[in-house]
Amino acid sequence: MKRIFASAHVKRLFSALAALAILELMTGPPGSALTPTAGFTGSFGEASSFFGIFRTQRWVVFLFLALAMYAIWSAWLMWGTQVRAATAKAVSVPRAASRTRPVRWGMAVAVLAVALLLPHLITDPFWQAAMVEQIAVYVLLALGLNVVVGFAGLLDLGFVAFYAIGAYTTAWVTGALPTAAPFGIHFNNFYAIPIAIALAMGSGIILGAPTLRLRGDYLAIVTLGFGEIITIFANNLYGITGGSQGTNTIPHFSLHVGPIKYLWGLTPVPYYYLTIVFVILFIAGFKLLEHSRVGRAWTAIREDEVAAESVGINPLKYKVMAFAIGASTAGFAGVVTASQSNTIFPSSFTLQFSINILVLVIFGGMGSITGVVLGAIVIQTGSMYLLHTPPAGYQPQDLYIYLGALLVVMMIFRPAGLVPSRRRHREIGLAEKGEGHMNEVLTGDTP
Amino acid sequence: MSDKIFDVDHVTLRFGGVVSLNDVTLHQERGEILAVIGPNGAGKTSLFNSLTGVYQPQEGTITFQGSDAKPMSVIGKKPHRVSAAGVARTFQASRMFSALTAFENIKIGAESHRGIGVAGAMLRGPKTRRDERTSDARTVELLDFVGLRAKANVISSSLSYGDRRRLEIARGLATGPQVLLLDEPAAGTNPSEKLELTTLIRKVRDEMGVSILLIEHDMKLVMSLAERLYVLNFGSVIAQGTPEEIRANEKVIEAYLGSTATETGDRS
Repeated sequence: MKRIFASAHVKRLFSALAALAILELMTGPPGSALTPTAGFTGSFGEASSFFGIFRTQRWVVFLFLALAMYAIWSAWLMWGTQVRAATAKAVSVPRAASRTRPVRWGMAVAVLAVALLLPHLITDPFWQAAMVEQIAVYVLLALGLNVVVGFAGLLDLGFVAFYAIGAYTTAWVTGALPTAAPFGIHFNNFYAIPIAIALAMGSGIILGAPTLRLRGDYLAIVTLGFGEIITIFANNLYGITGGSQGTNTIPHFSLHVGPIKYLWGLTPVPYYYLTIVFVILFIAGFKLLEHSRVGRAWTAIREDEVAAESVGINPLKYKVMAFAIGASTAGFAGVVTASQSNTIFPSSFTLQFSINILVLVIFGGMGSITGVVLGAIVIQTGSMYLLHTPPAGYQPQDLYIYLGALLVVMMIFRPAGLVPSRRRHREIGLAEKGEGHMNEVLTGDTP
Repeated sequence: MSDKIFDVDHVTLRFGGVVSLNDVTLHQERGEILAVIGPNGAGKTSLFNSLTGVYQPQEGTITFQGSDAKPMSVIGKKPHRVSAAGVARTFQASRMFSALTAFENIKIGAESHRGIGVAGAMLRGPKTRRDERTSDARTVELLDFVGLRAKANVISSSLSYGDRRRLEIARGLATGPQVLLLDEPAAGTNPSEKLELTTLIRKVRDEMGVSILLIEHDMKLVMSLAERLYVLNFGSVIAQGTPEEIRANEKVIEAYLGSTATETGDRS
């Protein structure tokens, strides 16, 4: 008996069964005291649905899936190295080609063309709105947090604070808050952009200068606290922020230059273009930054702060800089959201929000601009799809189970993210071999 | 009138009750190759960390005198300020930016003392481009100088020990120092690498005019390279002098070299 369980095949089979049993419970209907085994004994949807062909008890389907997983796993162990070698050989030529400059530019132009045409290809109002509110804005936020977490290696759990500052600044500048607008003038939203960026950046510096002397976990806790403070301020300063009800009178962006009069907001599409322009600007700026002296200094600090100091890099200055750049990006995202929805209220600026953005960055690949953009698009599109067309048995609150599971699987098979940054990839490789002096962002660093 | 680049005056460094440096007084002449030797735990690395601003001694003064600048008091300055003033160092266990190439490692040193410009970096204006070119040229020069040109694009963690040591020296030199502090540069290198290293260190002094302050356990290397030595034991200076004087010093033989004194410099 003992020998049977020691066999690798049996272990694999049981692991597959256990994994699929967990998945079965995860995807199953919500349990209740009366039907505790509903996750196993329920049936798949209606005959007309996709799962109609499996119109049978769930456990039968999952048993088959477990066996399939076991078979694939065994096959991978047997032929995996050959398959991997063959694919590596097959992709080596296209991969080398993709690194050449004309191909990269060509791909960028193609992606840009698709991004510009997208609102005309997708005309469903839900998706048009989601493309702005849930995808483009999140891409911006992920880009900003990537500078802090990915480039500088600082764990920021209060990123939402800067987003809130951007949103509230918009409301203030346009005169939508109980407190008077600056100089009593209700400014156009465009003026809110520089003001929000400056305020978010300023608060990033004010928060960063004293706290960035802290490392790893301590910094995470301070930023977490800052995120909470801003939310509580927004909630409690009734006379200034409108309290828990916030405001719903923020105007849309509008343009009045001579004869040109244009108002955003009739459909989400103009907002999409506005956001895309800024996404492109931020991507270009951060790409240049990454390969500049500043980017190299961040890498040096992330890898070995003591050595970085010894060659004359002031770590505090560069960390504050990363913090301020991240904060101003979030501030800008706040302007877009506030203008587009006309509404802000404190309960939307939660810790959960900060963590969501962090998930996008980790999933996409810390330090990789392509990675975080792709990560944000993939996760946000997936979440929106589940919200818009929920499969049978899916509840909105299930989302985090799936996101969590996705992250666990990612960390096992692709710890550096979807599209890993080359530098980060090396660092993780070195850290696993026990070499290098990597500042582990997520596990606290070595002093 | 002597020209002192480093003047360490009655420095005491404590960690709680542990006295790491006890009333240490020493100095280095400009252009000198000076060595500090002593058994493990004698306070050699603590001295280096005090000289570079990593540790803050409680008593005494450390004065660094660059060639043209005003004398600077090191104590209380942050390491990056000390580096900017013209003090470069290497570490006992070499500390490279291990995920970066040899080229990038040196370039980080070469460009660290220029003013930062986020806007410049994001827009990549003419000044930024000119700075990049200057740093690139300086980096290539230094790669040649230490003989790592062929390995410019190798990730530093896959370099051999000897190459890492040389890369670290180049990274330090890239900051444009007046004095280079070497913390056990020969540790972990093989005899032929040791010989190359000796040549390189001498070349740094002779061709670049950089003073050298050296901690080393390898007696052969120290005795052949250093022009003057200090011996530390339990945080105090117990002797100083030329290699010949140190070899003959009773106190040193007793405290540090022990019974193997007769072998020093000949067979070790």
